[in-house]
Amino acid sequence: MPVSLPAIPAIVTGSLASQHAFPYLTWLILAPIIGAVLVVALPKDLVRLIRSITYLSSLAVLGITAAVIDQFSTKLAGYQMTSTHEWAPGLGISWSIGVDGISLFLVALTAVLFPLALYGVAPSRNVKAYSTWMLLLETGCLGSFVSLDLMLFFLFFELTLIPVYFLIASWGHEGRNRAAMRFFIYTFVGSAVLLVGAIALAFLHQAQTGVLTFSIPQLEMTRLSGTEGVLLFLAFTFAFAVKAPIWPFHTWSPDAYAEAPASGSIILGGVMAKLGTYGIIRFDLGFFPHATTMLAPIFLTLGVIGIIYGGMVAARQRNLKRLVAYSSLSHMGFIVLGAFALTGASVSGAVLQMVNHGLYTAALFLLVAMIYRRRKTFEVSRLRGLQNLAPVMAGIFTVVMLASIGLPGLNGFIGEFLILSGTFTAHRWWAVVAVTGVVISAVYMLWAYQQVFHGKVTEDERAAAFPEISPRERLVLVPIVVLIVFLGVYPKPVLDRIEPSVNQLVTHVLQIDHATPSAAYHSSVSLKLGK
Amino acid sequence: MLATTIILPTINYTAILPELIMLGGMLVLLGLVAVIPRDFSTKTYAGLTQVIGTASLVSSLVLWHDVAAHGAFQAVAQAVDVDGFSVFFLVLVSAILIVAPAFAADYLHDEGIEGAEYFILALIAGAGAMLMGAANDLILVFLALEILSIPLYVIAGLNARRATSGEASMKYFLLGAFSSAIFVYGIALTYGATGSTNLADIAAFLSRNVIATPGTLYAGAALLLVGFAFKIAAVPFHMWSPDVYEGSPDGVVGFMAAIAKVGGFAAFLRVFVSALPTLSSIWEPVVWVLCALSLIAGAVIALSQRNIKRMLAYSSINHAGFILMGLIALSSRGVASSLYYLFAYSFIVLASFGIVTVVAKANSGSAEIDAFRGLGRRSPVLAVFFAIFLLAQAGAPFTTGFLAKFYVVSAAVAAHSYAIAVIAMLSAAVAVFFYLRVVLVMFSGSETEDAVGTPEQHPIVLSRWVWSGIMACAAATVIFGIYPLPLINFARAATLLFR
Repeated sequence: MPVSLPAIPAIVTGSLASQHAFPYLTWLILAPIIGAVLVVALPKDLVRLIRSITYLSSLAVLGITAAVIDQFSTKLAGYQMTSTHEWAPGLGISWSIGVDGISLFLVALTAVLFPLALYGVAPSRNVKAYSTWMLLLETGCLGSFVSLDLMLFFLFFELTLIPVYFLIASWGHEGRNRAAMRFFIYTFVGSAVLLVGAIALAFLHQAQTGVLTFSIPQLEMTRLSGTEGVLLFLAFTFAFAVKAPIWPFHTWSPDAYAEAPASGSIILGGVMAKLGTYGIIRFDLGFFPHATTMLAPIFLTLGVIGIIYGGMVAARQRNLKRLVAYSSLSHMGFIVLGAFALTGASVSGAVLQMVNHGLYTAALFLLVAMIYRRRKTFEVSRLRGLQNLAPVMAGIFTVVMLASIGLPGLNGFIGEFLILSGTFTAHRWWAVVAVTGVVISAVYMLWAYQQVFHGKVTEDERAAAFPEISPRERLVLVPIVVLIVFLGVYPKPVLDRIEPSVNQLVTHVLQIDHATPSAAYHSSVSLKLGK
Repeated sequence: MLATTIILPTINYTAILPELIMLGGMLVLLGLVAVIPRDFSTKTYAGLTQVIGTASLVSSLVLWHDVAAHGAFQAVAQAVDVDGFSVFFLVLVSAILIVAPAFAADYLHDEGIEGAEYFILALIAGAGAMLMGAANDLILVFLALEILSIPLYVIAGLNARRATSGEASMKYFLLGAFSSAIFVYGIALTYGATGSTNLADIAAFLSRNVIATPGTLYAGAALLLVGFAFKIAAVPFHMWSPDVYEGSPDGVVGFMAAIAKVGGFAAFLRVFVSALPTLSSIWEPVVWVLCALSLIAGAVIALSQRNIKRMLAYSSINHAGFILMGLIALSSRGVASSLYYLFAYSFIVLASFGIVTVVAKANSGSAEIDAFRGLGRRSPVLAVFFAIFLLAQAGAPFTTGFLAKFYVVSAAVAAHSYAIAVIAMLSAAVAVFFYLRVVLVMFSGSETEDAVGTPEQHPIVLSRWVWSGIMACAAATVIFGIYPLPLINFARAATLLFR
């Protein structure tokens, strides 16, 4: 029986659209990969060359990011600088990337923190493997933030796991193997559920439209029944809740943060935690507006519990790095709160706070690593009077600590203020309880500062040299401090870029929730396509 | 009714040309061994086998072109199907026979197993696997199964000097013979119930008739299922595989693992999807259980293995579970995903066992996990390649391993089999852990102080043969992982042409 048959598989690529003259985002992803390939190709003895290539490719990413921010239009709410190429059309996967106000500054945060982490706290042994994993990790993080295809996002999201596992397991502290294993298994189980959920969503979309696609803007138009929406919401949110982490899915995180090498902690707490909250804002709000609205009170509650619990546990820590880890967990609670409060101000605040949290968490981990390098301990009880020995370091620590507590004029304040005020209008009591988290964070941070930097220095301790921060360390810390102050004093340029996208997203959520299905469907179509 | 004359069917030789090239090439090798005064080295035979494999690959591609241009057809008295599905397996088996000798040539030479025996047996097994994909008649399926299996029993026992090899061969043979007997009984019962051994006739009969007392048919299908489940080592019919993999000569295990799975699944998919789809409500739950057990047991038992060959054996069982998901979906997407998975799996497993072979040889034959400690410093390039293959098995992004898993899971989800999809992904989460453990041991194992006591280790020197095999498998794994379009199209076209 003659059937009309496809010919021998031919190599065909379809370039659908490449709206922008220069594919900034593609190069953003490629730059670290190129660096990693070069590093792999080099013999491991050429440590200096390997280091230079690593710095150069991460600085290239920073340069491209600057260009992207420069090109980014504040007037558009949709995705910009998009480029789409077919990749595996039979499976509905495409190479589709772009940025909007929600992802733009997360890309920037990644681009800023990686060079600093690479330059600031590089381990001395096995530099080649370390540089390769770090560059691959940077690719994974950047790729996750700019993917406009759900499966492409998943690929990059998964790609981040392997480097982090090896960074923790090979360069971590004493408990590294256990911590690496727990990190991996928890997050992989989350991803496993996410993959099934993502595929199910794509097939539901196919059943409605006849097109199998993982394109994020198109999947946002999928209409889901109540049960479907809730189940898929839970599948997605589980993965992101583990990653963020949201209490009670956080149990892997304090170990992983504490046992990871300094650079690992910086990236885990600074960038990778944001993958979780980014996922919540991008996918939960975008795909499952109804389920999100319905289940928001549960996650608001979890967010508030995270804030209080993280703060109280942090207050009990006697290990400086664990204290920073729990404080990071506590502050992630604010971002969760902002995301699920579903008001324009709170979601904008959550996006901004992701950047802020990334900056001061990274700075705190850097400072803790610098103290560890000098005294070989994280124990608060064995540190004392460092202010006398290293006043500049104490000054920088003070600024960063105050930013994390949320002092007005520094970046932490703006984000938390937006989140709390936005939450207060919609979910008053959660905001009221969450505010106590700010007080708790002041308590443990000031306590830690007092123990470590104040107090009398004994002669022995004075003899054991505690050098002031070196020019190299200054070079790493000063950019972060500048950004902390800048964002605290003048966040407008950032908020101007975040708000259009966030407002569009919040409108999408509220309209789907209140309008009739078909009206919501059409309005969301026109909104999403409005470029 | 008396049959006075035997009517011989007209045979379209071009339709079975790849199989004929395999068997003809085998006869040439056999004749060569008989007439030459002194044996050539194994490398010459390996090269000749690769030439035969290439010839068969070319003829398979010609056949593909034929099928694509003129449509699927049947040959040899409707016993052989020439469609996209069978051509897919012709191509895959030919490719396996091109790559596999590269891993065996040096190993056999070093072990003192000179001669052409392995290559002759491999070519017979290859022809059997090809026929498994092409067979349209249960009798031919059985013949192909035996043509595939008997050489494998011998290959397992090829290393006559090692007792473990003989033991593996004996185990494989006894259990294999047992399962073949079960399979034949299944054929007999199915024939009794439907009156035909031709797959198309069985399907037609079952779609036209309602069988009032279906016990015989169900029993027949069940026995066929057991026979196939044994060949593909699905739990609980997997007991032989770790022992056989561990005991067989290192350099040929990859081939055995790949060809047995490919051949087994070819006929499994063909028989159950094309002959017995009307019974799917009966066999699907059973296959579901086999699949779930294979996924879970394969991953969990592999966790506790200290021997890499055994670990890979159990991970192969886990892979068998994944491939079965395509059958459960019972759709052309499902079959295409199984084909994609088989393709990806074949090259990954060939290379993985190939690397285990050379590492074990450098550690006086030990394939324990400790043999891999510090491999990253000893032979960094080899370690990187092994890491790539292990991560591909784990389903790392941008390798065929990920897309294979993605494809079968999406087929299962499309068929609303959410539970098995979740089980599969959770088993993958467990599996990732033991793959990563090996990678970690390779790269950071020698950093600890207990490595100080070990003697200075020389880098492992690989011959060009092994390198070429590794590179070919790595290319198949990474290129089709980053650019999967041709392979996906091939797998999809193969199922579009599924009769």
